[in-house]
Amino acid sequence: MNVRVKHVELHAGEDGLNPGDVMLKLENVSLAFGGVKAITDISFDILKGEIRAIIGPNGAGKTSMLNVINGFYHPQQGVITFRGQARSRMQPYEAAASGIARTFQNVALFKGMSTLDNIMSGRTLKMHRNFFWQVLNIGPARNEEIEHRLKVEEIIDFLEIQHIRKTPVGKLPYGLQKRVELGRALAMEPDLLLLDEPMAGMNLEEKEDMSRFILDVNSQMGTTIALIEHDMGVVMDISDRVVVLDYGRKIGDGTPDEVKNNQDVIDAYLGVSH
Amino acid sequence: MEATGVTAGGKPVTFPQYLLLNAKRFATRPAMRFKDYGIWQSWSWSEQRDEIRDLALGLKAMGLSEGDRIAIVGSNRPRLYWAFCAAQSLKAIPVPVYADSVAEEMAHVLNNAGVRFAIVQDQEQVDKLQSMAAEIPQLTDIIFDEPRGLRDYERTHLHDFAAVQEIGREAARSNPSAVADWEATIRASDGSEISTILYTSGTTGRSKGVMLTARASTKAAEDTARFDNMSEFDEVLAYLPLAWVGDHYLNYAQGYVVGLCMSCPESPETVAQNLREIGPSFYFAPPRVFEGLLTSVMIRMEDASRWKKWLFHHYLGVAKAHGEKILEGRPVPLSGRISYWIGDKLIYGPLRNVLGFTRIRTAYTAGEAIGPDLFSFFRSLGINLKQLYGQTEAFLYVTCQKDGDVRPDTVGKAAPDVDIRITESGEVQFRSPGMFAGYYGDAEKTRETMTEDGWVMTGDAGIFDAQGHLKIIDRAKDVGRLTSGALYAPKYIENKLKFFPNIKEAVAFGDGRDFVGVFLNIDLTAVGNWAERNNISYASYQELAGLPQVYDMMAGHIDQVNRDLAAEPMMAGAQIRRFLVLHKELDADDGELTRTQKVRRGFIAERFGPLIDALYNGAAEQFIETDMTFEDGRKGVIRATVKLRDAKVYPAAAPVQEAAE
Repeated sequence: MNVRVKHVELHAGEDGLNPGDVMLKLENVSLAFGGVKAITDISFDILKGEIRAIIGPNGAGKTSMLNVINGFYHPQQGVITFRGQARSRMQPYEAAASGIARTFQNVALFKGMSTLDNIMSGRTLKMHRNFFWQVLNIGPARNEEIEHRLKVEEIIDFLEIQHIRKTPVGKLPYGLQKRVELGRALAMEPDLLLLDEPMAGMNLEEKEDMSRFILDVNSQMGTTIALIEHDMGVVMDISDRVVVLDYGRKIGDGTPDEVKNNQDVIDAYLGVSH
Repeated sequence: MEATGVTAGGKPVTFPQYLLLNAKRFATRPAMRFKDYGIWQSWSWSEQRDEIRDLALGLKAMGLSEGDRIAIVGSNRPRLYWAFCAAQSLKAIPVPVYADSVAEEMAHVLNNAGVRFAIVQDQEQVDKLQSMAAEIPQLTDIIFDEPRGLRDYERTHLHDFAAVQEIGREAARSNPSAVADWEATIRASDGSEISTILYTSGTTGRSKGVMLTARASTKAAEDTARFDNMSEFDEVLAYLPLAWVGDHYLNYAQGYVVGLCMSCPESPETVAQNLREIGPSFYFAPPRVFEGLLTSVMIRMEDASRWKKWLFHHYLGVAKAHGEKILEGRPVPLSGRISYWIGDKLIYGPLRNVLGFTRIRTAYTAGEAIGPDLFSFFRSLGINLKQLYGQTEAFLYVTCQKDGDVRPDTVGKAAPDVDIRITESGEVQFRSPGMFAGYYGDAEKTRETMTEDGWVMTGDAGIFDAQGHLKIIDRAKDVGRLTSGALYAPKYIENKLKFFPNIKEAVAFGDGRDFVGVFLNIDLTAVGNWAERNNISYASYQELAGLPQVYDMMAGHIDQVNRDLAAEPMMAGAQIRRFLVLHKELDADDGELTRTQKVRRGFIAERFGPLIDALYNGAAEQFIETDMTFEDGRKGVIRATVKLRDAKVYPAAAPVQEAAE
C-alpha cells in the first residue's frame, strides 16, 4: 500500500538513452568451441525499453548468445556495442557493474539461504561499505543495510512473495524459485535484464503470473528485457521484437507477426524435406 | 464499559461518533496496524481520524453525499476500513462486496445497491468493474488503493486513494471551517440512518442487501463487547472477507466501540505468520480453520523424534483429562494441576505460541457444527474457544456462549438483549438490538423474512436443551417427522456420524417413515490405515466397505450416536435402527454431492432406490447396480450386494432436568 514508507521508485539507471535508442548492438558475432560453431555471424540489436525475445529450436545457440552478451563467453569475431561503447573481452562482473543482470535456465540460487538473503545478495554491487564495516554492523554500514533492505522489500512486494520472505529457497516449489531468481536480478536495478527461459517447467497459472511480472518490470521500471523462451504463446504475446536462431545462424528478425509468417522460421520449427 | 468512559457525556450512536471519541480518549493508542515492506506500520486513533477525515472531505468534494451508496471491494487493508467510516461520516452508505466474486456477480450487487462510487484494492478489481461498466451505468468513479499496473489507465473517472485524500486536505486548507463542519455533521446524527448494507453470501439464491442502521449496529456491538469484557487493550487480526458480517462486526464494529487495535495482514498468504507476530487477544475462525490447524500440528508431530512424540501425546492426554476443567475453574486434583502445569511449560505454551494463540482471551467459532473432539482439543490447551450463532440479518450475534458455560454441541444462550423463540414447526426466530431494517430495494423479501409481530425468521431449526442452550439441528425445511411423530433432523444425525474419522459421509432417511435408516461412506484413508494395522487385507474400496469387521466398527459408531441421541429427550425418537455401508464413494461427478461437498439427499434416495427399500423391508442384503463416473471421465457400471444391519436402540433418558426447570 506504500502508505508509511517513503516510496522510492525502482528505476533503471540514467544512461542518457531514450526509449527506442539502440542499447546493445551485435555485429557479425561468431563464437566457436574448437570445431563446434555455436554462433555464426549474427547481427542484431536491442532497443532501450523493449522486450526482445530470442527463440529457436534446441541447440540453436540461444543460451550461448546470452552468455556472449553478459561477457561469460568471448566471441572470436564480431563487435558488441553496449550503450555506444564497443567492448572487447568483458568479464561477467564488469557486465553486471555496467547494468546487465540475468537469470539462468536452471535456477542458480543459494538453496540454504532465505528468499530475503538471496535477493539481498543481488545488492552486492551496490554496497559501498567494505566487508570490515559490514561485519561490525554499526553506523554507516547499518544505515546502508537498511536502505538496501527497503529496496529488497520493494522487490518482494512487487513480486508478491511476502509469504516466503524467510523461507530457505531450497524448500520452495520451482515456480517460486524462478520468481526469487528474478527478484535477485531486479535487486541489481539493471538497465538490461537477460532472462534464460523464465517459464520453463511452469504450469499455466505460473506462466501467466511470470508474464505479468515481466511486463510490469518492463513498463514500471523501464527495464529493457531480452528473454529466451520456448513457449511460443508467451513469446508472441509479450515481446516487442523477436530474433530467431537456428544452428547458430540468424534466420528471422522482426515483430512477432513478421516472424510468425517467415517461411524460414516455419521450416526450422516444423522441419522441411530437403 | 463504564471504565473506558463511553457513557460519560453523550453516548455515541454511530461509528464516526465513536471515531471522534476514540481519537480523543485513546489519542495515542494504536488503532490500526498493517505490515508493509516487512515492517508493521501503525496508526494511532488520532492519526486514523485524520486519515479518515482527509478521505471524507475528498469524497465530499467529489460529490459523495447523504444516502449515496459506495462499494468497497478488496482484502483486509487499512484504507478500505477507513473508507467505511469516511462514507458513514457523510451519511453515505458503504456496501462491501466480496473481492473474489466474479465480474457478473459483482455487477449484480453494485446494480442492486445502485452505487455511485467504488473504492477498490487494485488493478484486478478495477478491471472487473470496468469490464462491466455498461451494466452498472450509475457507477461514476472508481478509487483505487494500489496503483500498480494502473499507470496507463485513463484517469478521468479513476482516482488514486492518496489523491482523493489530497483533495480533502486541500479543501480543509481553503476552507478553515471544513473540518469543524465535518465534525459537527457527525455529532448531529441521531443514528437513525442506514449505516451499512451487507450482502448475504447468497448460498441460497441471489444475495440480498441487508440494511443496518447506525444506532442498531453500535448498540449490538456495545452489548457483545461488554459480554466478552473487551477493552481498548484488545487486539484483533482482520483476515476474513471484508464483506462478511463476521469480519465487519468483530473487527470494525466492536473495534470502534471499544477502541481496540485492528491489524491487517501483509497479504492473504501471510495470515498464519502475521497471526503469530500479532498474537491477537480476540480471534474468530470457522471450524474448518481449526480443523486445518489440528491436522497440520498432528502431521508435523509425525516427523518429530520418538521421545518428543511420546512427550506430546502424553501431555495431550493430561490436557484432555484436566485442561477444560482448569479453563472453566472446576475442581481438579492437585496432581492433575501439577501435570498440567508441566505440560503447559513443555507443550501447550509453545504450541499456542506457534499457532499465534498465546494471548487469546476469547476465540469464537461459528458457521457449521464443530466436532466435539476438535473443540475440546483447543479448549484443553487453555484456549477459550466458544461458539456463537448468528446471521447477517441480526448483525451477527443471536446466541453466544458465556465464559465457563461452554459446550461443544450447543451454540449457547441468547446474546444480551436478544429474544429467541422456536415456532411450532421448529424454526428459530429472534428479535435483537442489531436487527436489520429490511432488505435493500426488496420489501417483498423483507416481508417474507419478518413475522408480523416483528421477529426475524432464520430458516434454521433448533431446540433448547434442558439448560436453555440453543441447539441448531438443521435447516428448517429439511426437518421432518417419523410416523410416530418424533422429530427427525437428518443433518443433526449425519453430523454426529461424520465426527468419527472413519466415516466420510452419512446420509440419513426417515421423513414420513417408521424409523431412521442411514447410508454410510467409509473414509478410505482412515479405515484403510486401520485395516493395515490390523492385518486385514482388501483389494478395493468396495471390498473394504463390505468387510464384516468394518461393519462391526460402524455398528460401534452408530451405537455411540444412538446413546447420545437417547440422552436428548427431543431427539431420542430419531435413533438409527438400520444402516448399510455403501459400496461406492459418494461423488460430485455422479451428482451425489454438490460441488461444495454437501450430500444431495433426494437424488441419492432416487439413485439407490432398492437400497432404501431394503432398509425398510428388513432384508439382510440387497443387490444393486449403479452407473458411475471414473476419475478419467469414463462411465461404467458398478454392481454389488450390500449387506444391511440393525442397530441397537436405547430408551430415551427421563427428562428429569426439564421437569426441574
